[in-house]
Amino acid sequence: MSLQADDVKNIAHLARIAIDENDIPEYAKNLSKILDFVDQLNQADTDGVEPMAHPLDMAQRLRVDEVTEVDQREKFQSISPKVEAGLFLVPKVIE
Amino acid sequence: MHKKTLAQLSAALQAKEISSVELTQEFLARAKQFNEQTNAYITITEDLALQQAKEADARIAAGNTQALTGIPLAHKDIFCTDGIKTSCGSKMLDSFIAPYNATVIEKFNAAGAICLGKANMDEFAMGSSNENSFYGVVKNPWDLNCVPGGSSGGSAAVVAARMAAAATGTDTGGSIRQPASFCGISGIKPTYGRVSRYGMIAYASSLDQGGPMAQSAEDLAMMLEVMAGFDPKDSTSAQKDVPQYSAAMNDSLEGVKIGLPKEYFGEGLDAEVATVVETAIEEYKKLGVEFAEVSLPNTHLSVPAYYVVAPAECSSNLSRFDGARFGHRCEDPKDLEDMYKRSRGEGFGEEVTRRILVGTYALSAGYYDAYYLKAQKTRRLISDDFKKAFADVDLILGPTAPTTAFGIGSKTDDPISMYLSDIYTIAVNLAGIPAMSIPAGMAGGKPVGLQLIGNYFDEAKLLNAAHKYQQVTDWHQQMPEGF
Repeated sequence: MSLQADDVKNIAHLARIAIDENDIPEYAKNLSKILDFVDQLNQADTDGVEPMAHPLDMAQRLRVDEVTEVDQREKFQSISPKVEAGLFLVPKVIE
Repeated sequence: MHKKTLAQLSAALQAKEISSVELTQEFLARAKQFNEQTNAYITITEDLALQQAKEADARIAAGNTQALTGIPLAHKDIFCTDGIKTSCGSKMLDSFIAPYNATVIEKFNAAGAICLGKANMDEFAMGSSNENSFYGVVKNPWDLNCVPGGSSGGSAAVVAARMAAAATGTDTGGSIRQPASFCGISGIKPTYGRVSRYGMIAYASSLDQGGPMAQSAEDLAMMLEVMAGFDPKDSTSAQKDVPQYSAAMNDSLEGVKIGLPKEYFGEGLDAEVATVVETAIEEYKKLGVEFAEVSLPNTHLSVPAYYVVAPAECSSNLSRFDGARFGHRCEDPKDLEDMYKRSRGEGFGEEVTRRILVGTYALSAGYYDAYYLKAQKTRRLISDDFKKAFADVDLILGPTAPTTAFGIGSKTDDPISMYLSDIYTIAVNLAGIPAMSIPAGMAGGKPVGLQLIGNYFDEAKLLNAAHKYQQVTDWHQQMPEGF
């Protein structure tokens, strides 16, 4: 599987990561190598094999629906890049 | 004092031969002195350590102690520590002061252990050499030109140079065992779900598992008794009691059956490493162990399966780092998408970016079945290999890594060759079973690790087998020169 520069740009967009234009060829080369490497999986005969998502066969535990967290807004916002009046600030989304 | 085992340190503290403050000061001095050469710590928490040591001394005076009360430890910088920078080795979290403690940290605090600092690591635990840290490579105390292994490279170096009495690590594909092997220390990756993942920054959630790194199996048992146990805050935490690991350490190995997977002794294994493992097998035979050949025929597919499953999970887990509520944010974002893209582009290093991109691709429309589903099916085959083997044997033994510690910079240009240094450790994580590495000899002046693999929740059996070996050998007591 060989990825071209445009493929890398498209994947980087899906992952919301800005990649310097100069670094794109190196990423294309290494990602292609990795995909070639994982193509070895095609050697495995997996017909009828149940996919394994998790190592332990366990049911999802449920908890009682009650409040367990206390309000720590100030503490959490003290490490935020930008806050104002108790709100996290991000660039304007709706004009 | 720094050469003493945890049990010896604990006894010295209880007998008031030394106070926790004095012991902590000794380790702090070593940590500061040797950090210049090794770069093993990202943060040394001197004030916190001395405060905790005073409290530990008060507990000891009041007779209210546990085994690890007053003992100075290092924690991998992946565990959230309330009020203390928790960087995960990344520029993304360089400014992140964790607002809460990981469950593992809470447990050590409750036991009265001392936090000396936060150990260096590969960024977001992605790497096998500690060269992917934003804070620079850690140097192996046995050879400062070599890597300590990764991703828990800082923790391994800290223990090897005795810059703490023991340390915590995490293991997603070998990140406790491979650095333990490279640095000549002992480390155990417990069964998936045995140690809480709450507050342990997630990389690949179906593989991640925390565990201890220390001088000996005996020390690991003491650490694991504190770390392990059910945690309601971790939805995949195992609801099983924690056995008293220390109690079964001296059980006889007479008649214990250990499997040797032929796939772990083939092409790619360094000849000197193979010799060390063979010598260890002879040692085990003297202890009454019976050996049998077993086969793990899908071993060669474990690294490819891992490099689909782990990146897929990481691309999802690391989407939380968006520059909005915490972590790195770029300067003057022009809109929301620009903020996401540049904050992440600037905050993540190259290997992390690579894995997020691989995972994004593997999960994207049209490729899911070919990559992710195929890898999950292969994961089942790999896991079934172990199930079959454990029908015939109690434990499995082999090398931890195909070579000893390699030179700094020697594999950085070729991600695949770096990935293959985890060839003997990765399958264990895919299956979710426990495994450990213990020092078993030297090759070219560098330590060689012996890997022991157990069935689900058989940590006691693993620690027992490792301890018996360490009773008749002294590799675990050796220290690098100059420390």
